[in-house]
Amino acid sequence: MEPRTLFQKVWDDHVVAQEPDRPAVLYIDLQLIHEVTSPQAFTGLRERGLQVRRPDKTIATMDHSTPTLPKALWVIDDQAKAQLGMLETNCKEFGVELFALGDSRNGIVHVIGPERGFTQPGKTIVCGDSHTSTHGAFGALAFGIGTSEVEHVLATQCLLQRKAKTLEVRVDGQLMPGVTAKDIILALCAKIGTHGGTGYVIEFTGSAIRALDMEARMTVCNMSIEAGARAGMIAPDETTFEYLKGRERVPQGADWDAAVERWTQLRTDEGAKFDKTVVLDASKLEPMITYGTNPGMGMQISETVPRLDSFDDFSQQAAFEKSMLYMGLEPGQALLGQKIDVVFIGSCTNSRISDLRMAAGVFSGRKVAEGVRTLVVPGSHDIKKQAESEGLDQIFKEAGAEWREPGCSMCIAMNGDNLEPGEYAVSTSNRNFEGRQGKGGRTFLASPLTAAAAAITGKVTDPRSLLLS
Amino acid sequence: MAKFTTLTSHAVPLPAENVDTDQIIPARFLKVTDKNGLGDSLFCDWRYLGDGSDNPEFVLNEPASQGAQILIAGNNFGSGSSREHAPWALVGWGFRAIISTGFADIFESNSLKNGLLPVEVSADVHKALMEAVQLDRSMKITIDLPTQSVTGLDGLETTFPIDAFSKHCLLEGLDQLGYLLSFDGQITSYEQQRT
Repeated sequence: MEPRTLFQKVWDDHVVAQEPDRPAVLYIDLQLIHEVTSPQAFTGLRERGLQVRRPDKTIATMDHSTPTLPKALWVIDDQAKAQLGMLETNCKEFGVELFALGDSRNGIVHVIGPERGFTQPGKTIVCGDSHTSTHGAFGALAFGIGTSEVEHVLATQCLLQRKAKTLEVRVDGQLMPGVTAKDIILALCAKIGTHGGTGYVIEFTGSAIRALDMEARMTVCNMSIEAGARAGMIAPDETTFEYLKGRERVPQGADWDAAVERWTQLRTDEGAKFDKTVVLDASKLEPMITYGTNPGMGMQISETVPRLDSFDDFSQQAAFEKSMLYMGLEPGQALLGQKIDVVFIGSCTNSRISDLRMAAGVFSGRKVAEGVRTLVVPGSHDIKKQAESEGLDQIFKEAGAEWREPGCSMCIAMNGDNLEPGEYAVSTSNRNFEGRQGKGGRTFLASPLTAAAAAITGKVTDPRSLLLS
Repeated sequence: MAKFTTLTSHAVPLPAENVDTDQIIPARFLKVTDKNGLGDSLFCDWRYLGDGSDNPEFVLNEPASQGAQILIAGNNFGSGSSREHAPWALVGWGFRAIISTGFADIFESNSLKNGLLPVEVSADVHKALMEAVQLDRSMKITIDLPTQSVTGLDGLETTFPIDAFSKHCLLEGLDQLGYLLSFDGQITSYEQQRT
């Protein structure tokens, strides 16, 4: 047999049918749904008189518009309340398991999938959310879909898909202290741009990727979409199996051994060809930060913002100028020392326990700078509990940060957690688009270490200066 | 889904690159449970001033833009989130086709399911069309799906790619779910084999 890539193997395993001149009918092993992109899909099912084909392969959570204040202070606007209510009704009517607001298993969709063991190597996983690429960290083929496709999968457990091209992103070498998985993926976005991966599924390979733990691998795969690729994958290995073993929804006993045996085959064969390869040297990476209004507009934290003549074509120059105007920055200026107003630590990119531990390491024994509002938002109730058992919540609170309930929160600013016009934030989330964190808000994307360092100093700061002292 | 065969219309020029779905429709409008009515919120943060009145500087508010069914956008249009609310809002405003040099994957897939045709053209053709439209806002462009061609000003004619299945569905006004449902038997066999 021809040598195959990891993507090709998972793809081949799931093709139900393929007619000439038609997209493949691809079987989906798991669909995750949430309140925002599912209502119209269920309405469609009702209009056509269809059922959910496999409720047992469908999991729902509430995360996008949920409040993160303590329960006593919950305020949900009427529209959000209606949307949450509709998810509850839909799940009940169609027999879908729901981790509702208030449930101890509730959390961000891309956090609870892996945490509860729904996410497994070799699965095809979809969700009406572009950061579904997160689950690729386990060697699953996972990608975001629109609401029409949510309905397709609810009705048939299948999707019509054209096969993507493959892009290998090889990251070799050892990360320096203070440089994290977030910096790897921001460096990739800066290198290939937000359109560089369009039409591709990325496979991340190389010694630096192998050295990452599962949570760090999720951070990397999560932002594949920010480089334009719908999916990012990492071949499963001992690190993957170690993470999954004993989790609620993974096979147990003899089934577990059989699963590991199967999963071990999920790697790109020697001699398999990728359509394209991009190489990064981990040992040369520094903490990254974005300066503009898309995740590809990023640089090493000690660098200066590009100048107009760094861009060759007119439309790129126009986009750059527009972003400078929005961000209130000058071409060629340094970002180190830039005053900030808000720090957001959370989102499906960086809200897991290792992210919180990293941030707590910087906060420990220090105080948040005066005038800086700092939100720490765990990705799930499990993570919240774990953090509290380790005393991380106390570290955050003593430093002057707000310790919140789980949810997407200020990453998408649908729940009342948002920036005010003109405010600058250092955020561990994934998008710095205009208005993403609140109308007029200005976002610098960075790692949890860099975000925590900014909270302490009130300025964009190289976290290594605080780690060493 | 509405059929798409041939469309002739004047166009709205939006030269910005990397217009993401948060610009097309900001997240605060995603709390709806319906597909309709999003046209008023299209490009909301560019289109309206702080007091809610129209921003006269934004192209969509210009008299010449009214009634246009074609948007000429910059490269990598529709990047970012998977929200189908983006094509719903564009269609809600009245657009039936978008011409660009490149589209984000999920946005393109969502558009095709809503009768909104993504027309990918070369950088040269794009530049010529954009400049011509900026010069003469009443200029008509014709997009013909059967021949996959775009015809603009004198002598400008080009073709664009589209996969055979999406083309078929648009021409016939077919919903893709119907095709998928016809595989019910094979899906059942697949499920039985795997368990």
